[in-house]
Amino acid sequence: MITLQNASYAYGADALLEGMSLELSQGSFHFLTGPSGAGKSTFLKLLYAELRATSGAVHLFGQDARTMDRDEVAGVRQRIGVVHQDCQFLDHLTIAENVALPLMVQGKRAGADLLDLLAWVGLNDRVNAKPPELSGGERQRAALARAVILSPDVILADEPTGNIDWEMSQKVLQLLVELNRMGKTVMVATHDIALIRAAKPQVASRVLRIQNRHLHLAGADL
Amino acid sequence: MSGLLDMAQSLIRPQGASDTVVPPTGFTARLTVFVSAAMAFLAVFALALTVSANRLADRWASELAESATVRISAPPAEVEIQVAAVLRVLDQTAGVASARILTTEEQRALLAPWFGPDVPLDTLPVPTLVEVIQDGDGFDAEGLRLRLSTEAPGAVLDDHTRWRAPLVQAASRLNFLGWLAVILIGATTGAMITLAANAALAANAQVITVLRLVGAHDRFIAQAFVRRFTLRTILGAGIGTLIGLVAVIALPNGPDDGFLTGLGFSGAGWLLPLTLPILGGIVAFFATRAAADRTLKGLR
Repeated sequence: MITLQNASYAYGADALLEGMSLELSQGSFHFLTGPSGAGKSTFLKLLYAELRATSGAVHLFGQDARTMDRDEVAGVRQRIGVVHQDCQFLDHLTIAENVALPLMVQGKRAGADLLDLLAWVGLNDRVNAKPPELSGGERQRAALARAVILSPDVILADEPTGNIDWEMSQKVLQLLVELNRMGKTVMVATHDIALIRAAKPQVASRVLRIQNRHLHLAGADL
Repeated sequence: MSGLLDMAQSLIRPQGASDTVVPPTGFTARLTVFVSAAMAFLAVFALALTVSANRLADRWASELAESATVRISAPPAEVEIQVAAVLRVLDQTAGVASARILTTEEQRALLAPWFGPDVPLDTLPVPTLVEVIQDGDGFDAEGLRLRLSTEAPGAVLDDHTRWRAPLVQAASRLNFLGWLAVILIGATTGAMITLAANAALAANAQVITVLRLVGAHDRFIAQAFVRRFTLRTILGAGIGTLIGLVAVIALPNGPDDGFLTGLGFSGAGWLLPLTLPILGGIVAFFATRAAADRTLKGLR
């Protein structure tokens, strides 16, 4: 589904990630951890073609990410749902419109499924609210709803619990686990070890760590 | 090409999603409408100048080309003989429809601007003037001059070529300058729309990032901006054209249909300024599309 073979990323002369190899198979659940500034977000950006590897190979659904044009990137983005820590909403649209945005940009209209989706993330009573009116937890759940509205194959979450309390983190985690049980491939970048530990009883996951620009399989310390 | 056609069609049909994803930007919206209105207003006057100059050049060229004058300056004893000779020669010349001696009143009217209305013509050595009206392709001026010089030595043929040519040339240049002004106004409109579109695109970089994140194709993003700016320009140009037309209609009309008093459109010419909103829309469409393509290519 998504493979990296000895992929590296450098910004100018500064190498940020080196020799990354990974295969994300369908239905897998990965945590990506590491200290702040280790390159977790950069790594995720390689997975949804926001950045291009400066060496090595990255294949997204069989396509070489390094040679994709913008239309191909747009096509790939429709198969990868991304949740950002800051959610990245359009503040002039309502939550329902923001969640339906992936449909809107394809010229499709949101149907009753949208309300079901908002109910699933517990936001059915905030349909017409604007993003700034929502709490951090509500925003994260809305971002998750937006990420899955096209029923993507892969969900990438970058610090989805970074700005919310523990109780809300558990709710977001639970939603991600549910998605994984539906067969979605999930990767969650987080520096929150407690979250990873809390997920262990719920889902069979692999934990990856970025350290010193390299990707490692985390050991039993987690 | 098909992409352009799709985009042109999308301008006509309401685009729910692309109309709403870009937040309304009051300042650039007002700026675009104002600039296109002001440019359309100026373009109406440039067109009026162009059309009027063209009309004037045609009129001068045709009116002056149809007539000529024979001036007879001879000693008093020979005037009548030479006038008779001139009329006889003109009567025999192919291409001359008619010839007649200007009356004393007509001569007085010609001199009035310089000497006042009560010129004592009988005390002045004023030459006799014969008005010649041409027929069909006109007469052979050189041949007529040669014949007049032998049969009426005091007669001088003036076919108006000497002063008709600069007048027609001046009117033609005014016509050219009018079109040049219209083109410059169009180019300036394009430049202003490009600046406004660039500003809007830069201000909405985060929106573009989000749209790309959720899988929007660049043509969808570009369409959102192109449609908005094109429709604003059409609206502004429509307003400017309307005001310009009202101003042209309100210009004073003189009885002699002179250049300044005759500035404006006539007949089907009134349709010409009505094309300005459409032309403005076309300029805005391509200017915004180019700006959007450039910006989107620059944004990774």
